[in-house]
Amino acid sequence: MTAMTGQQIVEAALAASTADGAVAYVVDSSEANLRWASNSLTTNGAMRSRQVVVISFVDGGAGMAAGTVARTGTPDVAELVAASEQAARDAGPAQDAVPLIGPGDPMAPVSTGDWDADPATTSIEVFGDVAPALGQAFGEAGGRDELLFGFAEHQMSTTWLGTSTGLRLRHDQPTGRVELNGKSRDFGRSVWAGVGTRDFTDVSIEALAADVQRKMAWSQRRVDLPAGRYETLLPPSAVSDLMIYAYWTMEARDADEGRNVYARPGGGNRIGDRICGLPLTLRSDPAEPGLECAPFQVVGGSSGAASVFDNGMATPATDWISGGVLTNLVRPRAWALQQTAPAVAALDNIVLSDPGATATTEEMIAATQRGLLLTTLWYIREVDPQTLLLTGLTRDGVFLVEDGEVTGAVNNFRFNESPVSLLGRATQASVIERTLPREWNDWFTRAAMPMLRVPDFNMSSVSPAS
Amino acid sequence: MAQLRSVDESFLALPLSALTDAALTRAVDLGCEHADIRVERIRTQTIRLRDARVEAAADGEDLGLAVRVVHEGTWGFAAGVVLTAAEAVRLAEEAVAVARVSAALNTDRVELAPEPAYPDAEWVSAYDVDPFEVPEAEKTGLMVELSEQLLAADGVEHVQSDVMHVKECKYYADTAGTRTRQQRVRIHPTFTALTVDRVTGGFESMRTLAPPAGRGWEYLTGTGWDWRGELAEIPEHLREKTKAPSVEPGRYDLVVDPSNLFLTIHESIGHATELDRALGYEAAYAGTSFATVDKLGSLQYGSSLMNVTGDRTAEHGLSTIGWDDEGVAGQQWDIVSDGVLVGYQVDRNMARLRGMDRSNGCAFADSAGHVPVQRMANVSLQPAPDGPSTEEIISGVERGIYVVGDKSWSIDMQRYNFQFTGQRFYRIEGGKLAGQVKDVAYQATTTDFWGSMSRVGGPQTYVLGGAFNCGKAQPGQVAPVSHGCPSALFEGTTILNTVQEGGQ
Repeated sequence: MTAMTGQQIVEAALAASTADGAVAYVVDSSEANLRWASNSLTTNGAMRSRQVVVISFVDGGAGMAAGTVARTGTPDVAELVAASEQAARDAGPAQDAVPLIGPGDPMAPVSTGDWDADPATTSIEVFGDVAPALGQAFGEAGGRDELLFGFAEHQMSTTWLGTSTGLRLRHDQPTGRVELNGKSRDFGRSVWAGVGTRDFTDVSIEALAADVQRKMAWSQRRVDLPAGRYETLLPPSAVSDLMIYAYWTMEARDADEGRNVYARPGGGNRIGDRICGLPLTLRSDPAEPGLECAPFQVVGGSSGAASVFDNGMATPATDWISGGVLTNLVRPRAWALQQTAPAVAALDNIVLSDPGATATTEEMIAATQRGLLLTTLWYIREVDPQTLLLTGLTRDGVFLVEDGEVTGAVNNFRFNESPVSLLGRATQASVIERTLPREWNDWFTRAAMPMLRVPDFNMSSVSPAS
Repeated sequence: MAQLRSVDESFLALPLSALTDAALTRAVDLGCEHADIRVERIRTQTIRLRDARVEAAADGEDLGLAVRVVHEGTWGFAAGVVLTAAEAVRLAEEAVAVARVSAALNTDRVELAPEPAYPDAEWVSAYDVDPFEVPEAEKTGLMVELSEQLLAADGVEHVQSDVMHVKECKYYADTAGTRTRQQRVRIHPTFTALTVDRVTGGFESMRTLAPPAGRGWEYLTGTGWDWRGELAEIPEHLREKTKAPSVEPGRYDLVVDPSNLFLTIHESIGHATELDRALGYEAAYAGTSFATVDKLGSLQYGSSLMNVTGDRTAEHGLSTIGWDDEGVAGQQWDIVSDGVLVGYQVDRNMARLRGMDRSNGCAFADSAGHVPVQRMANVSLQPAPDGPSTEEIISGVERGIYVVGDKSWSIDMQRYNFQFTGQRFYRIEGGKLAGQVKDVAYQATTTDFWGSMSRVGGPQTYVLGGAFNCGKAQPGQVAPVSHGCPSALFEGTTILNTVQEGGQ
């Protein structure tokens, strides 16, 4: 694609650096996507990009400072390095300054990837089987006077990260997702099915379409219910969107400073507290089968949750909640040093499980006398950070379960609930399955979740939307 | 304030004509009915401070090109980052390949509503100081100084502050002969003070109300906003909020300040009157709209005091531009007149589908790497020509709440049911403000809410608010947009107590 390879750019940037330390990384990415509405294509695309990022570290006497400059395409590497050094000189000393990680550092990752290999790529051909299957599904849906909407996307990115301390790390990340939304022609009934994938070889459009068709059949009978607290079955997708928010908030520094839901009244954080009624484990693992993600950190700009000084830091398997007890919070190395606590990096997947769970989602539905079965959640926003109270909507399928069977589709609701409170109140979890978050899948697609039973989920008001 | 600026030389020095010739010629050779090429360079800088010390200083530039074609009635799109004629040819070929694979899914033939060609056109937004020409040390220095001022105040334990500024350079050319060059600048500084009660574990925050603006660095040095004045008042606002009683839930008359109302307009009018949503193009993602095309001209959206326009022309507006990403010139039009739905935001294909003479210029991509989709214009509520001041509106309310500043927002996928919080809420008793209350959210259905609007403020209350982060489309795209509005009164709105909602 370009004259210089990603590896060469990283080496050239590090060689051009005159700073006290430097990190350079290149991300080569490619993507293909198809989008459709009302049984027909709307947009599509095949895109390639290259991002080149240089972070310089300069000690002006008062402490180490950092500056980040990022460019796409084929930037002049020397200019990029000079600009990042100037940015560091202008930034002032960093609060999160610690020595960069090098090979042999206990924080360096064990697996470094195949540095020299060509970048991984994708193209529109990844949909060679998907596109005709979609065309077939459109025809069948049209035959039932139903409409299909949705999106399929495949991305490949290769990251090469180098540091002036000698780290050379490479990671290839495939990310895929497909969503299928079925509606009646008047848009009055609406249901959804979706799945995450690494390569689309495991995606069955037929299976997704069958799931949509089943839920459309469930929606034939309409039941209007008022706002209130209901026994509710949250399926894996809905659980994932709530858990992702709980996970994104797991910042040790905010907790230690008394400013998030994991803060302990009186000072400190709630690590060690039992926060779940069930013996649940919430964990991330770069080697989780089907959900593999980078085994090291890549950070362009520091925040309370990550530090540019921690670039290349290993991201080993981590339990955030273990046996129902809060076990870890995300803690960059500088804050770890200050608090005499372990440095812990965030990862790009999460798994929530109850080790003792044996019921499938179908069995949980069958064991429900009267309750609501949700499909997905939407427009989730933070209302009160102190309790992590979130608001949002149910979307594309609220089903009434009576005597173990779905008996109709209920109107949508606005909910006000905290995921941390829900963890405390859930009374049953199913076995886990890979799922696609609905709300957050632009940023987070790698999740495996159980269905949760919550005896008193707060449906705050009715939404007339369908 | 009139600007005689031109587009940056360094952008014009890119091989724009050669890329155009290469891409469009190849597309025509491959049988495309329409082809366009877009070259965009988007420079973004973010300076983020934690407790008045720089936490992150990041400078990014996204430079790329995209070719979009209509081939045998089907869209095809391809994007890359290498600005050579060979790559432009490859992208034209790839766009056609994408159209061919996609044809299996396509049942609606793409045709574009007509638009005059603009063979040699240039437009630059209104700003005084290019933020990227200000030395970094000067920018971080000012952010540190303003943050320290806030952090030094009694009762302020933490300060979170950041400034993000963006400069977009855009070139567009199509097979109809349009060639446009554009440049626009925008900036969004925010400062948030936080206080923590260690004993109870409680914490509260208060953020500046200053909206993001289509302005340059002059915005932070006093043009268009009094930063030092607002920062001086934040600690007292925060102190009062911390001590404020928790709100009693129920129905109240709501006086909504423009600093909050802009976001309610964005969610309940802006998105609801996007034609692609009404037609279902966003049905699986951003959602649809209750304001369907069969209701155009008849839907009572709100009270007769409600007049809403869409525009791409407001000075300092975040979605103001010369031409959209289909070469359509910026316009202004009516969306709601005397409370009735009368217009939508559209692109060229939708304009043709609806039998409109012309698109109103709402096709945008957020970068060269993304395909243009219908995006929001500046959607604004018009003030009443001789309307009251905010104080006059409050003086007519017996028992109510005055809402200032935006915070949390959420609305359903058909744009009916919404819930908003704010920076601060004041009780109104007997026509006077009676101190802050906390833990407040207001919840309503769109047409009920706008139908309850019984007073609309005058031009003296009008503020152009907005946001940088409007999300839409798959793959996800982010767009900036402004919303102007006066203060207004909404009768009998449902107020929730968020602590009670959480069951705590």
